[in-house]
Amino acid sequence: MTYIPNTPREQAEMLATIGVSSIEELFQDIPPRYRYPKLNLPPALSEMEAAAELKELAENNENVRDHLISFLGAGAYFHYIPAAVDHILRRGEFYTAYTPYQPEISQGTLQAIFEYQSLMCALTGMEVSNASHYDGATAVAEAVNMAYAVFRGKRTRIVISPSVHPQYRAVVRTYVQGMGLELVGDESEANALQSPFEIESLIDPNTALVIVQYPDFLGRLYDYTSLVQVAHAQGALVCIAANPTALALFKTPGEMGADIVVGEAQPLGIPLSFGGPYLGYFTTRKQYVHKMAGRLVGETVDQRGQRAYVLTLTAREQHIKRERATSNICTNQGLMALAAAVYLSLLGKQGLRQVAELCYHKAHYAAQRLSQIPGFSLAYREPFFHEFAIRLPRPFEEVQHHLLEHGILGGYHLGADYPSLKDHLLIAVTEMNTREEIDYFCEVLQEVSHD
Amino acid sequence: MTETLTLPQVIEPTIFELSSPGRTGVTFPEPDVPRSDLPAELLRADLPLPELAEVDVIRHFMHLSHLNYSVDGGFYPLGSCTMKYNPKINEDMARLPGFLFTHPLQPIETVQGSLALMYTLQEWLKEISGMAAVSLQPAAGAHGELTGVLIMRAYHRDRGDHRRTKMLIPDSAHGTNPASSGMVGLQVVQIPSDSRGNVDLNALKAQCDETVVGLMLTNPNTLGLFDEHLEEVIRTVHECGGLVYGDGANLNALVGVMRPGDIGFDILHFNLHKTFSTPHGGGGPGSGPVGVAAHLADYLPSPIVGIIEEGTDDLAPLFGFIHPPRSIGRVKAFHGHFGVLVRAYTYIAMHGAEGLRAVAENAVLNANYLRARLQDTYHIPYNRVCMHEFVAEGRFPGSDVRALDISKRLMDYDFHPPTNYFPLIVHEALMIEPTETESKRTLDAFADAMLRIAEEARTQPELLHEAPHRTPVGRVDEVKAARDLVLCCWFPENQ
Repeated sequence: MTYIPNTPREQAEMLATIGVSSIEELFQDIPPRYRYPKLNLPPALSEMEAAAELKELAENNENVRDHLISFLGAGAYFHYIPAAVDHILRRGEFYTAYTPYQPEISQGTLQAIFEYQSLMCALTGMEVSNASHYDGATAVAEAVNMAYAVFRGKRTRIVISPSVHPQYRAVVRTYVQGMGLELVGDESEANALQSPFEIESLIDPNTALVIVQYPDFLGRLYDYTSLVQVAHAQGALVCIAANPTALALFKTPGEMGADIVVGEAQPLGIPLSFGGPYLGYFTTRKQYVHKMAGRLVGETVDQRGQRAYVLTLTAREQHIKRERATSNICTNQGLMALAAAVYLSLLGKQGLRQVAELCYHKAHYAAQRLSQIPGFSLAYREPFFHEFAIRLPRPFEEVQHHLLEHGILGGYHLGADYPSLKDHLLIAVTEMNTREEIDYFCEVLQEVSHD
Repeated sequence: MTETLTLPQVIEPTIFELSSPGRTGVTFPEPDVPRSDLPAELLRADLPLPELAEVDVIRHFMHLSHLNYSVDGGFYPLGSCTMKYNPKINEDMARLPGFLFTHPLQPIETVQGSLALMYTLQEWLKEISGMAAVSLQPAAGAHGELTGVLIMRAYHRDRGDHRRTKMLIPDSAHGTNPASSGMVGLQVVQIPSDSRGNVDLNALKAQCDETVVGLMLTNPNTLGLFDEHLEEVIRTVHECGGLVYGDGANLNALVGVMRPGDIGFDILHFNLHKTFSTPHGGGGPGSGPVGVAAHLADYLPSPIVGIIEEGTDDLAPLFGFIHPPRSIGRVKAFHGHFGVLVRAYTYIAMHGAEGLRAVAENAVLNANYLRARLQDTYHIPYNRVCMHEFVAEGRFPGSDVRALDISKRLMDYDFHPPTNYFPLIVHEALMIEPTETESKRTLDAFADAMLRIAEEARTQPELLHEAPHRTPVGRVDEVKAARDLVLCCWFPENQ
């Protein structure tokens, strides 16, 4: 068998040592009528055949590098990933290691996570970061868990802006089902373009957490300082879900006074890969560290006096606290956190700014060109980063069909989540989009503006 | 002692310490569009990221990699973690451009390859487990548990059964089981084990009433034992109206040999990063698909992959997303850890039914072989034929050597230690899971090291107390880490 090294002779020797005559004898505890079911699976493939089958499946996709010009974002962004990132990720010493429970032989993973934590703090302006969560959506849900724990369950209202990513809001709704929390703020889908500051009126003394996004799902940039002040006046915590690329240029949520800053760190060197694995980052203030879920690496020394790293504050976690743990989180996204650490180290101060500026300038060029096409108009006037909403003169399906015929993924249909934004397109532009592509996009859209 | 070190020695500087202002590891093209004004009032003052050349970054992370133990480097008998070999072809397949460069929100017509892969993997996992429906969305085992517990809750509530608030969990269970139940607001009731390591049937029966949500059962359990009364355990829970949740952490013992769905499990999560060989990545990403019996199919997290239009002889079917009518909702953004799914698909495709059966058989053979080689030297409290793992005691009569000492000393022999101090029902537990991908030669070398360490424990116990001696760092000061809480080498006030 492919990955089983033992030969029949060795198996026989081992059975003799155990004192049984066949492998079947080792399975006597399984009731006989359930033993050895006939499985209807295709016959085993050799590596060569498997490689061919997978290649064929992959080629049944149209991908955004080789086939399609993409302006699709909505929470997952096509950025350039320097070659060095994957060369590090492919080190067997990193990707075939387990969670670093044994610090003496896991310093590589531990120091890499410690550096990741430090980089995320530098980016967000926060004081502590955990070792990561599954993705941006579950990181927001864990922020709700943390706020619930901070107030020991005594505050039961969560206020969430309607312009937080619809899938993040959906995941929060799933997580809170058994927690007795009331989720308010995003019911008014009628007015999706309302300012996120509208939710201020919902913040009351029973509010545990206020959640906004930066830039918001529609791409808009706001300074949330005043909203944070309103929330703090009621004693509530504030969670800002932020795009890490935007933080290269714009005021940090830390400066705005946020208590928790989370988000999707896929833009930091992680491929689109049809939606995962991605990287949920989670940062907060030091005073809340004991209520934070997830793995945490701390610096210490070893018995030889060397600087060393170790998983710390493990008493918060499920394997010690069981049902009283802050969260059931067990794995994190270790390898994806490594990708982000390598990406941020490579790009550094200059490179990340350059990427963010390219995104900004190209998106603004695209927005300006598109809004000049008759029938098309920008959905709002607020500042935005690299994603913006545009109103279409024709039904979305028609426009999308026309764009796809020209090899273009035009963006995300906002009508899918916001009935009032029917036939509005959310368009993302990154450093990967050339001026030529943007001009071509405009030309093709020009064709649908006529009858 | 002539001098005391005041500052710790540094094995590898941090990426911040290596920074040299003005360096960069990547340059990007100049903008090919006119520059637009940036909103001055929204800009940040400084971006305090480190500055390094590509070679600095590569050498730094290469140095770090050398400080790690890994499956590629050696034997990792970590109980309950199934640290099997991670086939290299899986890595290449996950990086095929058609998979790597597809956006999760592309129109379904443009991603039929990915959707076909997900659909087929759902079907295969159904076939392997005997469950009626599968969702690939959960990101890890614990995430699958949360999903499963939410499904159990929703099912009872939908039937108007609001009294059910009690989750039964054996004392040998993983900590994630009670933690997942706690997150959903359920009351956890612990069920003791009997003298043979099974669920104590009388204790279970005493708890089974109309307030039971269900039982979360790991089978084989964390002692590596198949419950000898499994059918009766399941029947008992079903008779009081409860559901039975299967923690699939130990599925490597059963794959191809028995289907949990056949014997009556209502829900099961899979750990693709254990049973189906996807790499652990130093702590993730995992993947924890959830399978359910027919009566729970409508509650699975939305969306799952289905056939939207049937195919014909010449035309492939059209795959798309479907939303189960009573779904508990989404548990994460997008569609699950797709890159991990590609690896698991490749693994199953290369095994087939017989190959999977051989996986379980050899995993169980290897575990029993190690048990046989160690049982005269290490006390094994529930010593009967085990499945894929077993638990020994890391202590000896009249000796102060502990499981921790044995674990650390194993590192000097270039082995990763077993899981220690778990399960909680064994004193000084050493939980050993060799997996099927280890040869007799490796198992013998490990057993020899364990026997030598037992001898050392008798003759030179200090060698064990002070171990490890040959690792890059020695034992670390965990108390200092928790007291000082240095979690970051960058602080806002340093700006």
